[in-house]
Amino acid sequence: MDDIQHKLTAPSKASREDVMGRIISYTCIAAIIILVISILYFITSRGVATFTANHVNLWQFLSGKEWNPGTLNASGQPQVGALPMIVTSFSVTILAALVATPFAIAVALFMTDIAPKNGAKFLQPVIELLVGIPSVVYGFIGLTVVVPFIRHLFGGTGSGILAGTIVLFVMVLPTITSLAVDALKAVPTYFRSASLALGATRFQTIYKVLLRAAMPRLLTAVIFGMARAFGEALAVQMVIGNAALMPHNLVTPTSTLTSQLTTNIGNTIMGTLPNNALWSLALILLLMSLVFNLLIRYIGKRGEIKS
Amino acid sequence: METYDLSQNHIVTPPEEIALSTNQLQVYYGSGSRASMTDASLSFPRFQITALIGASGSGKSTYLRSLNRMNDRIARIEGEIMYRGTNINSPKVNVYEVRKHIGMVFQKPNPFAKSISENITFALKAAGITNRQELNERVETSLKEAALWNEVKDDLNKSALALSGGQQQRLCIARALAMKPDILLLDEPASALDPISTTKLEVTLKELTKNYTIIIVTHNMQQASRISAYTAFFHLGHVIEYDQTEKIFQTPEIQATHDYVTGNFG
Amino acid sequence: MTPNQTDRIATQVINFLVLIVVLILFFLLGDIILSGFPHISWHFLTSPSSSFSAGGGIRDQLFNSLYLLVLTLIISFPLALGSAIYLSEYAGNNWRTGLIRTAIEVLSSLPSVVVGLFGYLLFVIEFHMGFSILSGAIALTFFNLPLLVRSIEGSLHAVPDSQREAGISLGLSNWRTIRGIILPAALPGILTGIILSAGRVFGEAAALIYTAGQSAPILNYSNWNPTDSSSFLNPMRPAETLAVHIWKVNTEGVTPDAVSISAGASAVLIIVILLFNFGARAIGNHMYKKMTGGK
Ligand SMILES: Nc1ncnc2c1ncn2[C@@H]1O[C@H](COP(=O)(O)OP(=O)(O)OP(=O)(O)O)[C@@H](O)[C@H]1O
Ligand SMILES: [Mg+2]
Repeated sequence: MDDIQHKLTAPSKASREDVMGRIISYTCIAAIIILVISILYFITSRGVATFTANHVNLWQFLSGKEWNPGTLNASGQPQVGALPMIVTSFSVTILAALVATPFAIAVALFMTDIAPKNGAKFLQPVIELLVGIPSVVYGFIGLTVVVPFIRHLFGGTGSGILAGTIVLFVMVLPTITSLAVDALKAVPTYFRSASLALGATRFQTIYKVLLRAAMPRLLTAVIFGMARAFGEALAVQMVIGNAALMPHNLVTPTSTLTSQLTTNIGNTIMGTLPNNALWSLALILLLMSLVFNLLIRYIGKRGEIKS
Repeated sequence: METYDLSQNHIVTPPEEIALSTNQLQVYYGSGSRASMTDASLSFPRFQITALIGASGSGKSTYLRSLNRMNDRIARIEGEIMYRGTNINSPKVNVYEVRKHIGMVFQKPNPFAKSISENITFALKAAGITNRQELNERVETSLKEAALWNEVKDDLNKSALALSGGQQQRLCIARALAMKPDILLLDEPASALDPISTTKLEVTLKELTKNYTIIIVTHNMQQASRISAYTAFFHLGHVIEYDQTEKIFQTPEIQATHDYVTGNFG
Repeated sequence: MTPNQTDRIATQVINFLVLIVVLILFFLLGDIILSGFPHISWHFLTSPSSSFSAGGGIRDQLFNSLYLLVLTLIISFPLALGSAIYLSEYAGNNWRTGLIRTAIEVLSSLPSVVVGLFGYLLFVIEFHMGFSILSGAIALTFFNLPLLVRSIEGSLHAVPDSQREAGISLGLSNWRTIRGIILPAALPGILTGIILSAGRVFGEAAALIYTAGQSAPILNYSNWNPTDSSSFLNPMRPAETLAVHIWKVNTEGVTPDAVSISAGASAVLIIVILLFNFGARAIGNHMYKKMTGGK
């Protein structure tokens, strides 16, 4: 009797195991949290040095058009105007998303509603494969196919926003498509059958019922694609031309935030203004990815309430 | 639905030796303040089968799962659960040890995705039994006790998931028995089984009362009357009546019980 | 226009758009395969690269990619597993868990170049690890962790709760239940997730150019001493991977046959990733069959 009472109250191997399990898994998650915090901290502290240590004016940084951090301008100020990169980054991102979205939604509709059997069977694995193609491969194809083609059509070097947009369009297309497929699949079948039963044509059903019901998630899909495009470095760097100049049209060399970073961070010396200025570009990238993240959450929440 | 007076109840204390008893057990799910189980005070006789009956949602599973602290993660439980002179509903108690003494079998068969013999030996090994021969013996005895041995003795290394539903359920019983528990809690163990498997299971349970105390939740009133010595009737989170099974089914004291066992309920 | 006409036109528009996408796909795959395959030869796969003359191979880059992948998985898998176990088994449904999930989401949404730069800042420079395989593996770990955590958590989540109940009802500790019952049951899904993430890691370049570096010193494949600087196993040496190599020969423009090298290397990259994809599927299916006894 007493033996059992003792057993029932004393710690056992099992209770020790559980303590160990908790310690292990809590440690792992803590490591990830610390990692995220340190990424945010390090990039931010480097990124603000341009403004705190080098006393560059934030507004000048964001609106200046001359990027030449090594030299001073006529008034003795360093030339760190990031506007060309910001404009180019946003241009390629928005253009790529604008072009990719109709294609992505068309393919997604094709896979879920128009030819769900054969279409999905063939397209699904291909899209999965395309999501997995490394960005340098896209960049390489851009460099060997897209850039010469543009050069042929418009003259010049062929590099620029147009080439960047085309490469990014192909890159984000599978991303947006696969998320759009999920979005459309999440619309319950009875939405469709109810609409069709009321005598609506397939297009009316798609347009009035399906796309509306799936709208929040479709938007999320597009923003995911934009986030990917905005942060993409090497593929864009290979076709954009990498000249830190304000883009005046779609076919002159220019530079995105990411391409400027990858091209130059290795050529500058830690702690100097040219280096700090690059970290400030990285900070913009980081902040933008947070913005995309927030947008996705916000739309996700609104979508939840609606349905 | 007719409303019954929930404070009106009739609960006996069996004269036999008591294996487990609860005193004023209250269960609150989540962070809620509404009790899903109110003031349940029952005593379960040793080496007997006790049946818990009642409509869906009346709190049978809630009560049963509290007995071996399976609800710890999802519910707050107040009151006493007395087992061998210890209140096992105390935070100081080692729940793993409690569950070794009070085993449980669930409504849906839930064998592990392992071989038949590993299903049984896994927990034994964790409990420190490493002797190959003893493990084999336990596999054989428990499978025999659960009336499954003859069907699977040549396939002990086959995946348990390849068994039929009824066989899986008996394997789950064997798995619980292999731990040599004192008390076995069964939550509608026969609900997924065909009539033949059900009969086999009932025979098995009857046999098991030689060594085990059994508490079983069932929706099948014939089953309750066939196998149990005592029966408790639950309604809306209250224990309405608890007495010898014959009394519950033939001359219940409370109107609600009467209506339920005669099928005039609700 | 009647609704039916609109319907027909709309369907045709959709079909047309799909057709264009399919053509793009065929063009892409065709281009990679047609321009890449002719350059893949035994010589190409087994000779070292040369920067300034034609005819270089990708031996060291290929090995570096694989070595880096293995190291990355060795570092990231345990961390991801522990975190996924926390999220799926221990985390309550509260604000703290929400915060943790947000943090992981933020990590997954960071551009890989930012993650790479962080690795450069902290490991290459602050910790004086230099451009090295280890720095690269750590940077890739950061990049890989959120995806891996998510896929492992998903696989754990897919194991029904009744399995957990079965375990703890036998007096097993939660940890033992997780390790001995939940993990094996989730293994096919976990493996699939790992292999798919391996494909991503294998093709990643942006996070590597400033961590693992862009140079491939000649390796001595008979030197098995990982602490020796010429050993192929030395984790502290700089290591240009296949993906980085493609980027470098194209941007530096000093290698005369950059295009054919890149084409060949791209094809190799795609083939390996394809193998990973098929492998993930095959292994997942095989293990699932084995575990359920063919049912
Ligand atoms: N995990 C849970 N969280 C919150 N409430 C629960 C939970 N499980 C059960 N309940 C509530 O507790 C009450 C009793 O449920 P319980 O499952 O114990 O009924 P039962 O008698 O076993 O019914 P059944 O015959 O259908 O199995 C119900 O009102 C139910 O909604
Ligand atoms: Mg129940």
